[in-house]
Amino acid sequence: MYDVIIIGAGVSGCAVARELSAYKRKTAVLERSSDVCEGTSKANSGIVHAGYDAKPGTRKAALNLRGNILMESLSKQLDFPFQRNGSLVLCFEEAGRGKLEELLERGKENGVEGLRIVEREELAVLEPNLSDRVIAALYAPTGGIVCPFGLTIALAENASVNGVEFHLDTEVNKIVKIEEGYRLETSKGVFRTKVVVNAAGVYADVFHNMISGHKLHITPRKGEYCLFDKTMGGYVSHTVFQLPTKYGKGILVSPTVHGNLLVGPTAEDIADKEGVNTTASGLETVLERGEMSVGHLPAGKIITSFAGLRAHEEGNDFVIGEAEDAKGFIDVAGIESPGLTCAPAIGEYVAGIIQDILPAERKEDFIGERKGIFGMWEAGHEERKKMIHENPAYANVICRCELVTEGEIMDAIHRPLGATTVDGVKRRTRAGMGRCQSGFCAPKVVEILARELGRDIGEITKAGGNSGFLTR
Amino acid sequence: MRGYMDKKADIVIVGGGPAGLAAAAGACKEGVKADRICIVERDGELGGILNQCIHNGFGLHTFKEELTGPEYAARYIGQVEEMGIPCLLHTIVVDIRMEADGRKKVTVMNRSDGMFEIEAGAVILAMGCRERPRGALNIPGYRPAGIYSAGTAQHYVNIEGRMPGKEAVILGSGDIGLIMARRMTLEGAKVKLVAELMPYSGGLKRNIVQCLDDYGIPLKLSHTVVDIDGKERVKGVTVAEVDKNRRPVPGTEEYISCDTLLLSCGLIPENELSLDMGVALNPATSGPVVNESLETNIPGVFACGNVLHVHDLVDYVSEEAENAGKNAAVYVQGGKNKTGEESVAVRCGGGVRYTVPSIIHIAYMPEEQVIRFRVGNVYKNACLTVRFNDKVVMKMNKRVMAPGEMEQIKLKKNRLEEFEGLREITLSVQEEDS
Repeated sequence: MYDVIIIGAGVSGCAVARELSAYKRKTAVLERSSDVCEGTSKANSGIVHAGYDAKPGTRKAALNLRGNILMESLSKQLDFPFQRNGSLVLCFEEAGRGKLEELLERGKENGVEGLRIVEREELAVLEPNLSDRVIAALYAPTGGIVCPFGLTIALAENASVNGVEFHLDTEVNKIVKIEEGYRLETSKGVFRTKVVVNAAGVYADVFHNMISGHKLHITPRKGEYCLFDKTMGGYVSHTVFQLPTKYGKGILVSPTVHGNLLVGPTAEDIADKEGVNTTASGLETVLERGEMSVGHLPAGKIITSFAGLRAHEEGNDFVIGEAEDAKGFIDVAGIESPGLTCAPAIGEYVAGIIQDILPAERKEDFIGERKGIFGMWEAGHEERKKMIHENPAYANVICRCELVTEGEIMDAIHRPLGATTVDGVKRRTRAGMGRCQSGFCAPKVVEILARELGRDIGEITKAGGNSGFLTR
Repeated sequence: MRGYMDKKADIVIVGGGPAGLAAAAGACKEGVKADRICIVERDGELGGILNQCIHNGFGLHTFKEELTGPEYAARYIGQVEEMGIPCLLHTIVVDIRMEADGRKKVTVMNRSDGMFEIEAGAVILAMGCRERPRGALNIPGYRPAGIYSAGTAQHYVNIEGRMPGKEAVILGSGDIGLIMARRMTLEGAKVKLVAELMPYSGGLKRNIVQCLDDYGIPLKLSHTVVDIDGKERVKGVTVAEVDKNRRPVPGTEEYISCDTLLLSCGLIPENELSLDMGVALNPATSGPVVNESLETNIPGVFACGNVLHVHDLVDYVSEEAENAGKNAAVYVQGGKNKTGEESVAVRCGGGVRYTVPSIIHIAYMPEEQVIRFRVGNVYKNACLTVRFNDKVVMKMNKRVMAPGEMEQIKLKKNRLEEFEGLREITLSVQEEDS
């Protein structure tokens, strides 16, 4: 019998797990994929929003501000990439000024600091590559960017180190209310728990509706993105949003923490909860609308494109809390933008709810810090020499584009909740994320995975399940 | 001589593939002591990508016989070994920095010696190229396993002895794609289609005949993949015809079930190191801008092979690289810094996409200078015109010229010397009215 079971190892589930790992309870995370961070958490904008967007008084508004503040200290404790690069919301027409003012006021009411309107002249200095169509912008110095994989994996690893069990490849099929709590029937057997945290992303409605009469409906809202080569990474230094116009909701242009340029997302409601395919029209829209902000976006510099699904709930606010008619069943649902930003605050908030339902003592031996994988690409020559001296595998470069070595890949495999798939290695080390998109390193990564996990290379997959690389 | 770790060299060669090997031999022949040359190779073996090219057809020009890739490589590896030129294997060049005195500091690392610097008088860039990935083509659809560059598939089949899939569609008719169509077929896979975006193939004619026609594999020109299906592993792709602006034509979509999509959509010179050290690149080749000596804008830094521009035949890589090696030798034996010296620009007129070299210092050119170039389109009954300034000095007719086949002309030194006030040489191509 578990005290708490969290369904879903995305950023929300992992943030809750990490908070709960500080308490003396038997806690587990069930994840249907073969790795953490396999759903919405892996395919989003990677933005830490300042907090001017959400309607004052909503849960989104409160958690956004709190999450933005927590993210910086958390990035130091758990050693993941975060940058407070500031953000701009661009206004393209005089008629839009009212909206800009509205955002400014809303932000102030939400408690966002340092917001101000900047005019064309100052903008030209702040962002020289902005298009001529921009007339003014809302500047939010507290906006930031984060590595979404880095954040999610760091939270999961730290939770795991502190005793939370992670059951991967474990799909929950059915939830039944029992006297002591809930029985979860999964692809890996039956789990019993006093409390359930439903952090299942686009599937949160499915699980909620299994036990509650107050039905939830989550719509997958697809967002397509294009990622540009690092030679484009300096094209903008701030995250550049757009005021919504008659052409639709804005597309952002942002540097990533790793120095690429990200442009997207579109917004399209779809029916398929697995519909993470990109489309020709979507990718076209991304470029077209992105060019409203920054003039020219050379398609030849795109290194990959992808799509993610936002878990959109009709009420337009996060659904976080104990279900009214299901005691001990806590929803963390409808976590769309700014969900990534909010994750640390969601963790804190949900841990508070659980403390009320099932009080527990804090662990004396809780380990609050975690060291990430050493990155050769960003290290200086002296640091590199030191690493190689300690472990010669750090001298063996596997991914040339991103300068990832065998040492880093072995660390990614052998650390807590280590990588077992090629995508898992990629998200932990960046091997394969460069301009050749793993053409060169994939066979080597497959080989290292097979060797370190004691498997045949034919058994190594891209992302678990039937995603095998080789047929013979 | 493996495991060598001298801290000083006359010439450091980055890459031990066909270009690096021939460059090393060329430098040695020109009088640089073998032990003052150092080849740095990131793989565990010399030979580069030739090692996975187990088909024959290599060396027809150089050796007048048909060799396989490994056989061709072995000839040059043998030469380099006989000369006693040291190689650092399993070693990657991290960066190259210029010293104030013009010498170069090459930082390398490997498992046995860690990270260290080699000081060099000259550097030859011979890193080769890599394949254009799916992302660069921006093909819509899912992102399942089963999408490989043709070269990655070739590595799996020929080096690892593994099959990447059972039923394949190949996008792009570059040479590696054509070769892999045959290879996969011979290994028991079904290659259902080769689709090519352009109205012509990017590969050699002989490969289309020997790799597709002989096996009944259809080639659809002016077609591309517009969607990839399959959430875990590829289940199929949608292929559509494209119009003359390369936009898919609605209504022409055809779904083809397959478990593998191979991409053979072009090669890109691997110039991370070059860019990092300030070498100027030519946007048309994505390789360095070089002069008659195959020297980049940085004195004493040379480039050859596929890192300079993508070749069709390895024979030309070897020839070019040997020249680069000889020129680097001349440089370290007291050659001059040509920066600022008078030069002639080689320009692309209509129809010509690029030339290598694009700068000629007449004083330093050989008696006969080879200019290699590619055209931007298919030309039937083509006429190549060479102009010195505005004056037509040469006209050549060719039945067909195509982007997939590298062309060359030779310019005699005395003709350049005799032409008064020569500032630029222009190559252009047009179709002759017949």
